[in-house]
Amino acid sequence: MVTVERWQLPDGVEEVLPAQAAVVENLRRQLLDLYHGWGYQLVIPPLVEFTESLLIGLGKDLDLLTFRMTDQLSGRTLGVRADITPQVARIDAHSLAQPGITRLCYAGSVLHTRPKSLMASRSPIQIGAELYGDDSLAADLEIIQLMLATLASAGLRGVTLDLGHVGVYEAVLAAAQLDDECEQAVFDALQRKSRPDLAVALGEVPAPVAAMITGLLDLHGDEQVLARARQQLAEQAPGALQAVEALESIAGALRAVQPDLQLYFDLAELRGYHYHTGVVFAAYVPGHGQALANGGRYNDVGRVFGRARPATGFATDLKALMTLMPPTESAGGAIDAPSTPDPDLLAAVRRLRESGEVVIGRLGDDPDPRCDRTLVFQGATWQVQPLNR
Amino acid sequence: MTDRLTLALTKGRILKETLPLLARAGIEPLEDVHSSRKLVFPTTRDDLQLIIIRGSDVPTYVRHGVAQLGVVGKDILLEHGAEGLYEPLDLGIARCRLMTAGPTGWRGGKARVRVATKFVNIARRHFAARGVHAELIKLYGAMELAPMMDLADLIVDIVDTGNTLRANGMEPLEEIAAISSRLVVNKAAMRSSHRRIQPLVDQLASLVEGG
Repeated sequence: MVTVERWQLPDGVEEVLPAQAAVVENLRRQLLDLYHGWGYQLVIPPLVEFTESLLIGLGKDLDLLTFRMTDQLSGRTLGVRADITPQVARIDAHSLAQPGITRLCYAGSVLHTRPKSLMASRSPIQIGAELYGDDSLAADLEIIQLMLATLASAGLRGVTLDLGHVGVYEAVLAAAQLDDECEQAVFDALQRKSRPDLAVALGEVPAPVAAMITGLLDLHGDEQVLARARQQLAEQAPGALQAVEALESIAGALRAVQPDLQLYFDLAELRGYHYHTGVVFAAYVPGHGQALANGGRYNDVGRVFGRARPATGFATDLKALMTLMPPTESAGGAIDAPSTPDPDLLAAVRRLRESGEVVIGRLGDDPDPRCDRTLVFQGATWQVQPLNR
Repeated sequence: MTDRLTLALTKGRILKETLPLLARAGIEPLEDVHSSRKLVFPTTRDDLQLIIIRGSDVPTYVRHGVAQLGVVGKDILLEHGAEGLYEPLDLGIARCRLMTAGPTGWRGGKARVRVATKFVNIARRHFAARGVHAELIKLYGAMELAPMMDLADLIVDIVDTGNTLRANGMEPLEEIAAISSRLVVNKAAMRSSHRRIQPLVDQLASLVEGG
């Protein structure tokens, strides 16, 4: 009989040990403080909800990622959240129901039935921010800048910002008028940027339309892409120009504040195409095979909760950030406190702890191995002295 | 992270046909890849190195981003999926066909067919699309043996000339896909190293088109 070793964790589910846990937790606090400073209010949504509310809006893409169980109280199906964004959208649309602009942030564990991408954890710690109630590019820009500030705060360098806009593909698709089957094949080939497969998918399509769609394959790269896109799409899919303009405006604004930021445009990027409604973005760092943070505009997700709202936001995974962060110097050591029931000693220990020092009570004969100093009774007071081992 | 790009090549027949194409693009390994026991090869372009591995491992290396580019048969991509990869280019080399084959004169009619193959995912999709219950038997080589020994009714395999099939009393039945080698690129690397990867893709594209 095959027995599972009792220490074993499921694939893609990991524990974080002291050294890394300290980094993750410090980063979490640091980032929530950052969001606080930008006016984003923290919310703590529950770990489980009825799947009906959890899977709505961003539903399709989340459906297969969500663990389900039956609620013994109501008989309804509960889902363990696979993404916090729909929960925050519900909070904005229903629970808060404030008029005007709402800025919310969150941090918490999510669970995925299978890894979202290769090597991804099935239990990431998602942290992110959402901005509701404003449909302007300024709101998108704020979220993008907050995402970049997040990565900068984690000490990550060499970030490439990937910008796209679902409006380009939508306009091209509207102009092309493909049938469902063909559209599915085109979508699939575009996601893989497979020129040969796209040619097969477009076999039956009139040549000018096929050329317009094939042209999307080349619309990725640096800022020159936007000018090319204007040229290519002006005639056949003028609806796309508005999206291109939006990207130009965002790129210009970002350039003005971060001239050395590496920008990459991909006008055929279809990640989250089913629920995004405008600008989409992601951040990449060299040597990491997946997007590190991503987000975009997803207007009107709140409609199912009673209030359609403009929405934009981003999310990242604290554990993924931790693995890519430059190593930090370990914090200073600890102070050993002998086990003497002297009230003066206890008072000294309390003062040291309040000042931020780590003071470890001695159990047994030897100080804890992390201690590099000790409290010694000298003259009339307890004093901190180096610990000689 | 090194500044050098890594191109993962599939060893065997694909490698033999890839190297001349790369040579025309000015990329040649500094030593003979066929006689060397090494796995990593510097090239005449000092910003590009080659690794030479099994075809089914190429998507894995490229997906993880440890190799930014790869050359791999379309059969492998169909079988293992292309998540996280771009496949911008059909290199048009190592052409063959992925086919179902059976004993000469085989007629269906059974409620379930037993299918021996290395490509279980492709075979499952293929038979499901035809409404046929297929019992899949995963084998790693010598597919032709399976029907002969009555382990399976049909096989799904790569067919080049069909000579091996005929020599074992079998015939090709249905083409599932035309196979050739594809250039694959890691999606993240395409972004972070776009300035170096895109010219290489363009250069190979013009060589392939030029014939």
